[in-house]
Amino acid sequence: MKFGVIVFPGSNCDHDAYHVISKHVGQPVDFIWHRETDLSSYDAVIIPGGFSYGDYLRAGALARFSPVMNSVKEFAARGGLVLGICNGFQILCEAGLLPGALIRNRDLHFICEHINVRVETTETPFTNQLKGGSVLRIPIAHAEGNYVCDDATYDELGRNDLIVLRYCNERGEATLESNPNGSRANIAGICNRERNVFGLMPHPERACEDLLGSADGRDIFRSLAATLAAHASAS
Amino acid sequence: MKAKVYVTLKPGVLDPQGKAIQHAVGLLGFDRIADIRQGKYFEIALDGALNEDVAREAATKLAREVLSNPVIEDYRVEIEN
Repeated sequence: MKFGVIVFPGSNCDHDAYHVISKHVGQPVDFIWHRETDLSSYDAVIIPGGFSYGDYLRAGALARFSPVMNSVKEFAARGGLVLGICNGFQILCEAGLLPGALIRNRDLHFICEHINVRVETTETPFTNQLKGGSVLRIPIAHAEGNYVCDDATYDELGRNDLIVLRYCNERGEATLESNPNGSRANIAGICNRERNVFGLMPHPERACEDLLGSADGRDIFRSLAATLAAHASAS
Repeated sequence: MKAKVYVTLKPGVLDPQGKAIQHAVGLLGFDRIADIRQGKYFEIALDGALNEDVAREAATKLAREVLSNPVIEDYRVEIEN
């Protein structure tokens, strides 16, 4: 199984993602410059965090026009696994690969801290090694993480079990106080209807080593690897 | 020829920046302001040889596909000769 980490001008979590795949997942991984268009050799693509194009216009808005994004759309349409973290989540929403949008945090501040998220579904390639309802301690680092969508989209997310992670307190309760940025219904991460595209604001790649304060993020990458291993043995 | 594009948040979409500005304005003593919504404004210089309809079409396409996010924003286009 081979992973690709897309690099836009302004990406700054690309090396963290690369590190986690090579060290903790133990699989081959390449950086993919945003002007490249051939993703045929990859099984999973990570769109990392950062400030692509300086977050000018809107966070993620300009990255959508990079050549690689057409390839990511085709890759996703073929069933390839796409994981968008933070700015990657913003880019996936701007590109229309995930519904909704991420706007300025409720309290305007850039927030950089460890928060708790609850696993809302394990029926995804990214969470199938986790326990439903379990609480992960993972850092966030964003100014535009406030998830918004219209009522019809929200109903669709709920009906199809597409809400993957919700902000919560240590006891796993999705309360107003545990919602750091004002996201609708405490949403921290969602997947598409086909379940192969997952975007989240928290940074699981920054929570893979006890030395960094938490290793809870590893289970997301472990799920991804287990899914790909199962695909490989089935084919 | 110039196109002016105004991008505004849809009604109902929370505008934390507008709220912060409104609060600050209130501290200055402007206590009769009911609401402030922040938006974006773009001035786009177009080829002077374009006729107005073509210019409007081009600016509208730009506003729809790039300058605004239809999930959260509306846009308005004006053409100035």
